Order: sequence, then structure tokens, then C-alpha cells
Amino acid sequence: MKVGLFIPCYINQLYPKVGIATLELLEKLGVDVDYPIGQTCCGQPLGNSGYEEESKGACKLFIENFKNYDYIVCPSGSCVYHVKKHFDILEQTDDVINVRSNIYELTQFIFQILVKTNVGASFPYKVGIHKSCHGLRGLRLGSCSERMDAPYSIEENLLKEVKGIQLKTLNRVDECCGFGGTFSIFEEAISVKMGKDRIQDHLNSDVEVITGTDQSCLMHLEGLINRNNQPLRVMHIAEILNSTL
Amino acid sequence: MSHAKEAELFNNDEAKVNWHDQALWFVRNKRDKAANTVKGWEALRNLASAIKSNVLSNLDNYLIQFEENAQKNGIHIHWAADAKAHNKIVHDILLKNNAKKVVKSKSMLTEECHLNPYLEARGIEVIDTDLGERIVQLAKEPPSHIVLPAIHKTKEEVDVLFQKHLGTIPSNGDPQYLTNEARKHLRDKFLKADAALTGVNFAVAETGGFVVCTNEGNADMGIHLAKVHIASMGIEKIIPQEKHLGIFLRLLARSATGQPITTYSSHFNKPSLGKEMHIIIVDNGRTEQLGREHFRSSLNCIRCGACMNTCPIYRRSGGHSYKATIPGPIGSILSPGMDLKKHSSLPFASTLCGSCSDVCPVKINIHEQLYQWRQIITKDIKQPTVKATTLKMAGRVLANSKLYGFLGKSARFMLKHLPKFIINSKLNTWGKARDLPKVEHDNFEDWYKKRKS
Repeated sequence: MKVGLFIPCYINQLYPKVGIATLELLEKLGVDVDYPIGQTCCGQPLGNSGYEEESKGACKLFIENFKNYDYIVCPSGSCVYHVKKHFDILEQTDDVINVRSNIYELTQFIFQILVKTNVGASFPYKVGIHKSCHGLRGLRLGSCSERMDAPYSIEENLLKEVKGIQLKTLNRVDECCGFGGTFSIFEEAISVKMGKDRIQDHLNSDVEVITGTDQSCLMHLEGLINRNNQPLRVMHIAEILNSTL
Repeated sequence: MSHAKEAELFNNDEAKVNWHDQALWFVRNKRDKAANTVKGWEALRNLASAIKSNVLSNLDNYLIQFEENAQKNGIHIHWAADAKAHNKIVHDILLKNNAKKVVKSKSMLTEECHLNPYLEARGIEVIDTDLGERIVQLAKEPPSHIVLPAIHKTKEEVDVLFQKHLGTIPSNGDPQYLTNEARKHLRDKFLKADAALTGVNFAVAETGGFVVCTNEGNADMGIHLAKVHIASMGIEKIIPQEKHLGIFLRLLARSATGQPITTYSSHFNKPSLGKEMHIIIVDNGRTEQLGREHFRSSLNCIRCGACMNTCPIYRRSGGHSYKATIPGPIGSILSPGMDLKKHSSLPFASTLCGSCSDVCPVKINIHEQLYQWRQIITKDIKQPTVKATTLKMAGRVLANSKLYGFLGKSARFMLKHLPKFIINSKLNTWGKARDLPKVEHDNFEDWYKKRKS
């Protein structure tokens, strides 16, 4: 099994530690991982802003970089969802079809393909999960509060097995944080208010560390937390699952 | 003004935003509990969605069937191509019956057609009889929500409004007192009305009858007292058979307010002896929307408002920030079809979180349609130069590994070395309220290359 590691552009540039944790975690789990050099972005920021046409070059480059792997794994539900959902703008060649069906978000890959829940991590802190929307309602990494399906959560399945962790329950379990890509700039007032409200919910729920599967949402929350000097830390789920504290 | 600007103004009063958010979240929560009590809720949504698809694919036949059956029962049927035609038909019926005073129960379609000002300009008194609608009518405002039209007003604000218009005494926003006063005021209007206007929730092709849902019984009160009943419906309000009401009525009330059923689900099949019943079937842009492949299913909408209650943006920006008859997520996919330029900021008033699509009782893929409208708007409507150039340029950069590598490095360098006051200057909208991430020297790719060698 050959796995191609897809590190989203903003993680590559701004949060290399999340990429490192992802790679180390996969290697720990015995996966043969390769990171194709020269990868850029899935094109989501363009598509979500209404410039899907302009993203075609990035999408094609993406396919070129990842077409030769059995699986593509990425520590971002949002980027994976974009490839799965919106690469319909490309001609559907065998390569495109394969990439779109073999791409997995990190926790989804561990749970569904490696069929593991215990990754041998320990993390003795009170943790609140931020269930990012594209992972939750796009990839269905868990049941969402709107639908009346049987409850489940891949993130919780994995985190529950982490030694010493205390998972905290929020008042609003899956409300959006307000990041939304360029929404965070063009609708700044609402974006900030939504983020502040999410953070308050974690604070009210006695959380020490906010985690999630999307660093973009976490970057937005972290930006607010740091600006307001709030007693919370933000960590990507890969960092917790790779932790042996 | 764009949605973003309106939203920013609304957010100047954070306490009010919190209040508005919590009021609507309370309704969303009630909806969750109610939906949870129905075994097979998701199956019910699937059924409703499938029936609506069938309706939209056979709309012409169903409408003709409905017309024939309604006429057999003695109901007058009128067809209106647009708002103007609709308003004229209403006015003509009123003239013929010498009707000067009209009571109207909730109807988003008559809002869409701006019927009230049309009739008022022709000397007719129109009284909205839904309490929330009456409140916004007195305040000379449009409804801010399709089910809870005055949700943006506190009871204290209603108190002041009633003092001014209904002569009430100050009560500190006592809901019991205020609703009693509204009741007395409206009772007088009901008794004196010459005609009653209503909307239509469901029109049954099989029988030619229709259903109007209210919680206050105000539609019934108007209809039973007045000589003439005029019901306005959009062409998409059709359902094929009476038995399908069992699906839609169960979904509608639970999705809207978390009630098992609306207090009054009134069925109208023929006029009472000596009275007239009219139905106006209105297009007003709906066939055009039906012709748009990506947006057709927006016509599934049964106007429950659940997408508004769940929308984290709506809850924090208020219904008026959308500047559209139908606000919130569903309005943001319907309104661009009516006037793309005017409503071009609405599809961007979303994080595409998808909560609206999952809460929708008829499974409209609202957030996917928002995405599709964005693609159209950037082509057809002039965008701010900075936004357009930046994103187009980004497209070229992201398609080129080398250029991307170089620019990524430069951006990281600047983030690391520029003083904080420059980074968080006015040019950086992100930095108004949020810190930027602290960057490290290497990006992931550099680290990976070093590790490998």
C-alpha cells in the first residue's frame, strides 16, 4: 500500500508541525508514506470564492502529483471534501476518478482503512472537539445534530482511546466557527463573532485544549484566543494522536 | 449595501446579537427535539423531497388538474405571470365586491409582490392579522423571518410600538397584556373586513382544495367572517394527492417551530353558501428558476424557516441584513434568480457549513446551490478589483509549483520579520480581531526534504 501525503497549502506554509505530526503518526502506524514534492493546493479557496474556473490549473497539478498512489491522506477534512466534491470541473479521466475516490481525511483513513482506534497516544488534558463542517457534513466523519441518524463520530472513536484524555461535551456540539475561507475576510464581523462564540462554549465547558481535523478553523480560533489572551490551547488532532506525554 | 456591511452594523450591538442568536437557537433546539420523536424522520424527508421532485417535473399537468378540480368546486382560479398581474387581479376582485377593508393572514408571496403598498395606494386598508406581521406592519418594517416575522423585536420594543399605535399603557413588555390588547384591536378589524386574503401552504391537485396553516387561527377568523376569500399561491405549492399532506404537515410544523402540528391546519375546498373564493396562481420568476438545472430544487421549499434558525450567520446578522423578501440561506439561493445584481452578495453570506441542507425538511442542497451561485456571480457581476485580481493571480500561482514555493517563502519571511503593527494594520482584515499564526523558518516541504537527505 503506497500512500501519498497531501499537506494543504496553509499547513505547509504556516503549520509545518501539523504536517510533521501527521507524517510521524502514519509512519508509527506502519504506513509507507511518501510526500510528493511540488504539491500546492486543491483549489478550494478559489472555488469557494466563485473562481472555480481559475482553479483548474491547481486541480490538474494536484491530480498529476497524486495519481500514482493507492491512497491519498490529508490532515484536513475540508480539502479532502473539495477534491471529492468539486473536482467534477475536470474531465473525469481514470486518474481523476481514482484520486477522487482514494483520498481520505487522516482520522477517516485510520478508522476506515487501517481499522484502528487506538494509536498508542497519551495526552492528559481536558479536550474539546471542534467538529469542522466540511469533515462533518461533507465527509460525514460523524453524525451531525441536524439529522436524526444514529450518533457516531470517528474523531471521538480515536480520541477516546488516547490515554489520560478527558473529552468535554459542548453546549452546541457542531456549530460552525465562522472561518469559511475568504468568508473570514469578506464577512469579517460575523466571522469573528462566530469564532468568539465557539471559544466561549469551550471555555464554559472547562476545556483546556481545542482540537479538530481542520487547521484552518483552528487557525481562526487560535487567532482570536491569542489576541484576547484566553486560557486555551489549540492543537490539530494529528498532534494529539501523535503525542506521548 | 452588501450583506457584510449590514451584518457589521447589526454587530455593533453585541448584546442584541447574542439575544437574537439565542432566541433562534432555542427554536432550532425545539425542532431537534420534535424531529427526534418521529421515527423515520430521515425517511420522511426523503419522501417529501421525492414528492416535490415529482411535482416539479410534472408541474404543468398538476396545475391544470388543480385548476379543473377547484373550478368544479366553485372556486375562481386566476393566473398571474408576475407580481404586477397578481396585484391587479386582487384589486379587481376587491373592486368588483366593493371591498374597502381587507384582513390578510401570513403570506410571503404577497410580500414578494409588494401587495400592501399597491392596495394602500388605491385607498384600501390592509391589516396583517398574524401578530408578528401586525407588529412589523405597525413599525413599517418588512418581516425579518418568514415564520417569525418580528423575531428581531424585543417585547419591550413591542410595548412602545403598541403604546404609540394601539394606545396601550406601559407594561414593561408584559406579553399577556400586549397580546390581549392586540387581540382586541384585531377582533375589531376582523369584524369590519370586506375581504380576507391568505397564502396557501399546500394545494392538492387531486381535489382542488388547499391548506392554510396558522398558529393563531387568524386566517380562519378572516375567511369565515368576510364575504370574499382570496388565496395567493406560487405555482410550486402543489402536491399531487391529499394523502401526501400527512408527510408535509408533519415535517412543516416540527421544522418551523418544533410543534407536532400547527395549531390550525385549515382545509378549504369550496366557498360557503353566498360567499366567493378565489385562488391566484402566481409565477413571478418561478418557471425561470425551474429552468435552471442547479437551482431547480430551491422550489421544493415549504417555507418552514428551519434554515434560518440553524444558520449561524442569519442568527448573528438578523433577517433585515439580507435586504430580500426571503432572508437567510433559502432566500440567498432564491433571490439571485429574481435580481442577480441586487442580491449578488447573498450567496457569499455563508461559510458553506451545510447545516441548512441537513436541517431542510425537503432536502434542498442549499449550501451547494450557494456555491453554484458564486460561480455565476463572479462571471456576471463586477467584483471588487482587489478580490478578483488576487484570486485570479492565486489561480496561476497554485498551478505552478516553483512560483508557489517562492511566494510561500517570501510570505513566511514577511510574517516572521515585519513588526506586528504593520502586519495587523488596516490593510489586513484578518488582523482586526485575530492574530496571525506565528511562523517557523521552514515550511513542511523544506523540513521534509532535509529529513530525507
